Amino acid sequence: MAKPNKPQHAPDTGHEWDGIRELTNPPPRWWMIAFHAGWIWCVVYFILYPAIPLVHESTKGILGWTQIKEFKQAVAENDAIKAPYLKKVAAMSGQELLADPGMRNFAESSAKAIFGDNCAGCHGSGGQGAPGLFPNLADDAWLYGGDFDTIVESITDGRQGNMPAHEGELDDAQINKLADFVIAEAQGKGTAEGLALFNEAGCGGCHGEDAKGGAINELGSGAANLTDGIWRFGGSRDEVLRTIRYGVNQEDVPNTRVAIMPAFGGKLSPEEIKMLAVKVHELGGGK
Amino acid sequence: MQEQEQVNIDELYADARHWHVNTGGETIHAMRVPGRFRNFKWFASCLWLLYLIAPYIRWEGHQAILFNIPERQFHLFSITLWPQDIWMLSLVLILLAMTLFGVTAVAGRVWCGYFCFQTIWTDWFTWLEEKIEGTPVQRRKLDAAPWSLRKIRLKLFKHTLWLLISILTGVTFAAYFTDAFELWHSYLTFNAPQVAWVVVAVFVFGTYVFAGFMREQVCFWLCPYARIQSVMVDKDTVLPTYDEGRGEPRGKVRGKGSEGRGDCIDCRLCVGVCPTGVDIREGMQEGCITCGMCIDACDSIMDKVNRPRGLIRYASEKEMAGEVLPPLFRRPRVIAYSTIFLLAVGGIVYGLTHIPPVELSVVHARQPLYIQMSNGMIENKYTIKALNKTSADRHFQLRVEGAPGVHIVGDAGAGIVLESGKMVPFHVFLAAEPAALKGEKMPLRLVLESIEPPAIRMEYDSVFIGPARH
Ligand code: SF4
Ligand code: SF4
Repeated sequence: MAKPNKPQHAPDTGHEWDGIRELTNPPPRWWMIAFHAGWIWCVVYFILYPAIPLVHESTKGILGWTQIKEFKQAVAENDAIKAPYLKKVAAMSGQELLADPGMRNFAESSAKAIFGDNCAGCHGSGGQGAPGLFPNLADDAWLYGGDFDTIVESITDGRQGNMPAHEGELDDAQINKLADFVIAEAQGKGTAEGLALFNEAGCGGCHGEDAKGGAINELGSGAANLTDGIWRFGGSRDEVLRTIRYGVNQEDVPNTRVAIMPAFGGKLSPEEIKMLAVKVHELGGGK
Repeated sequence: MQEQEQVNIDELYADARHWHVNTGGETIHAMRVPGRFRNFKWFASCLWLLYLIAPYIRWEGHQAILFNIPERQFHLFSITLWPQDIWMLSLVLILLAMTLFGVTAVAGRVWCGYFCFQTIWTDWFTWLEEKIEGTPVQRRKLDAAPWSLRKIRLKLFKHTLWLLISILTGVTFAAYFTDAFELWHSYLTFNAPQVAWVVVAVFVFGTYVFAGFMREQVCFWLCPYARIQSVMVDKDTVLPTYDEGRGEPRGKVRGKGSEGRGDCIDCRLCVGVCPTGVDIREGMQEGCITCGMCIDACDSIMDKVNRPRGLIRYASEKEMAGEVLPPLFRRPRVIAYSTIFLLAVGGIVYGLTHIPPVELSVVHARQPLYIQMSNGMIENKYTIKALNKTSADRHFQLRVEGAPGVHIVGDAGAGIVLESGKMVPFHVFLAAEPAALKGEKMPLRLVLESIEPPAIRMEYDSVFIGPARH
C-alpha cells in the first residue's frame, strides 16, 4: 500500500528560495501509468507508421501506410458506390435520365465537378458564358440544337462555327445597312427592305430567309437566329460590324471571330458526357 | 521585513501540516451507513436504471429512443427530429447547463453526490465489493493478505461481475444508435460492425477502470464538472458542513476533561464513510462531492450518544455564521438561471410543437442571376430542397405568390412527389416579361401546398432578378 501523499512530509531537494522549499512529492501512480502508456504508444506508433524524418524521406513504418494509399482507397470506395449508378446512366437514354428525378439528380451532382474541371473555364461555373467570347449555356438560344442528343454530340465532337468574311465581298455601305438591319431585326423592327438586302447578300443561305436561323443551324454551321436579341458575339454596332466584316473562324483573316469548342470525346467517358449533357440541358434552355 | 515573511511562510507550512492530497495511492474502502441521504442516493441510482432499460422500449413499431445516424433522424417516442431541428439540441444543452448551475448555486454538487454516473457506477461497484469481499476492514485485510485460493476466488468473482456490468453499460450505450435487439444478436454472434466493437470496448474499459479503480480520482483530477461546480458555490449555498462551533474541541465522550468538550466525539465515522476520503471537519474542500454520507453517519452517532442530530448538516456559510439565508427568489443568480432555464424550456416546447411536416428551402441561382431567353422572356433558376418529414409519400404543387407576371416555366410546379424521409433537390425556372418586372429585384414567395389532405402549406421568400436598369 502506498503511503498517503502528504506534501509537507515529503523530503525536499535542498533547494530553497526565501523559505520556500522544493519538495520531492512523487506524482500520483495513475499519472505515472498514463505517462508510461503514453510513451509506449509513441514507440509503437513510430514503428508502425511513417514517423522519423530523414534527409530525403522519412522512415516508412512496418504497416506500409501512406496518405496517398488511404486517399486511393477512399476514391476506390467512392467509385464502388457510384458504379451501379454509372451503369444505369450508360443504359438509360437521355429522355429517361431527364425523366427520373433521382438519376437526374445523380447526373447533375456528378457532373458538377466534371463541368467545373472542363467547361467552366470558358462557359462559367453556372454556364453563363462570357459575353462576346463564350456562349451562354443557360438560355434557350442554341446554335447547334439544344436537345439531349445534340448536346451530347456537341460535347463529344466539339463544334467549330463558320461564317465567311464579307469585307471585300460587299461594299462598306452594304455592310452598314446589313448591320442596321440585323440590329433592328433583333428588336423586332427590321424592315422588308433590309430583309431583301439580307437575302440578296446571301445571308439567308445560312441564317434562313427570315433570319431566324432556320433549319440550317441543325446542319452544323452554327448560324445564329438573328431575330431573338441574343448575341453570340455582342450586339453593339461595332461588334456586329466586326462579325459581318471578318466572319467567324476564317483562316488568314486577322480580325475574324474565334469560336471553337474542343471535342471531349477522347477525354471524358461516354457516361461522363451523358451526365454533363443532363446538367447542360437542365441549366435552363434544354429542349 | 525579511523576518516578517519568514514567519508567514512558516505559518503557511504549519497550516498545511495535516494536509493530505489524495492521489489514489490508497484505495478508499468506505463504510456504508444507512440513512436519509443513503436512501436518496439509491433512489437517484434507480434513475440510471432507466438508461439501461430505455433502448428496449418499443413505440409505434420502432425503438422509442433511437439516434439513427445513417438516416440522420432522432426518434423520441412519437417525435422524430431531423438535422434541421438541431437548434433544439442547443436549447437542451442550455437547459441542462442552467439546471446544473442553478442547483449547484443553491445546494452544491448535487449532481456529483447523487446523480453522476461516475459516483453511481462506483457506488454499484463498491456495493458488490462489499457483498463479495466484506466490510472495509475485511477488504483491507484481504488486499494486504498474500494470494490464496480464497482471495483468487473472491477477486475473480468480483472482477467478473464488474466486467459484466461494464459490458452491459457499453452495449446499452451502443443500443441507442441502432436497433437494440439486433445489436445484441450481432454481438452474441460476433457479427457486429467494427464501430460497434470499438464503442463497446471503449465503454467497457472506461466503466471498468473508472468505476473499479480510479473512482474518486476521476472527481479529483479528471472531471471538469467538479471544477465548474466548485466555482458556482457561494456563501448562500447549502453544503454538508461540520458545525465547528458546536463540535470543537472534539474528544472522547467520557474521561478526563470531557465536560468542556464539544459534541464531536472524534469517532472518525464521517471520514470512514466518505467515498472520496475527505475529512469534512476540515471544512469544505475540492474532494467533497456533497453526497451526505457523512451526515447520515454523524447523525447515527449523535443518536447513540444522545446529542441532537445535525453536527454535520446541509448548511451555508452564512447560516453557520448565524445569518439568515435570503429567500430563493431574491437571489440574483437563482433568478438569472431560472429565467434562462424557462426561456430554453419555452423554446423547446415551441420547437417540438412546431416541427414542420415539410422542410422547404429555396436557393436562387447565382450564376447566372437571370437568363435572357430567345423570346425575350427573363428566366430565373431556383433550386428547391424539400424534405418530407412525414411517414408517407405525398404530392405537392408549387405556386408563386406576390409577384404578378412571374410564372413557373412548364409544368414544374404541378404534381411534385416528395418521398417520405428523402430529399431530392430539383430546379424550377420562373419566367417574366421584362415589362412585368418592377425593378432589378422583385420579392416573391414560393408556396408549396399538399394536393391531398392533410393540408400542408410551406412558404419561402425569395426574389426574381432581372437585367440592370440604367
Ligand atoms: S466530480 Fe465529476 S465525475 Fe465526480 S461526481 Fe462530480 S461530475 Fe461526477
Ligand atoms: S465529506 Fe461527506 S458529503 Fe463530502 S464526499 Fe465525503 S461523505 Fe460525502
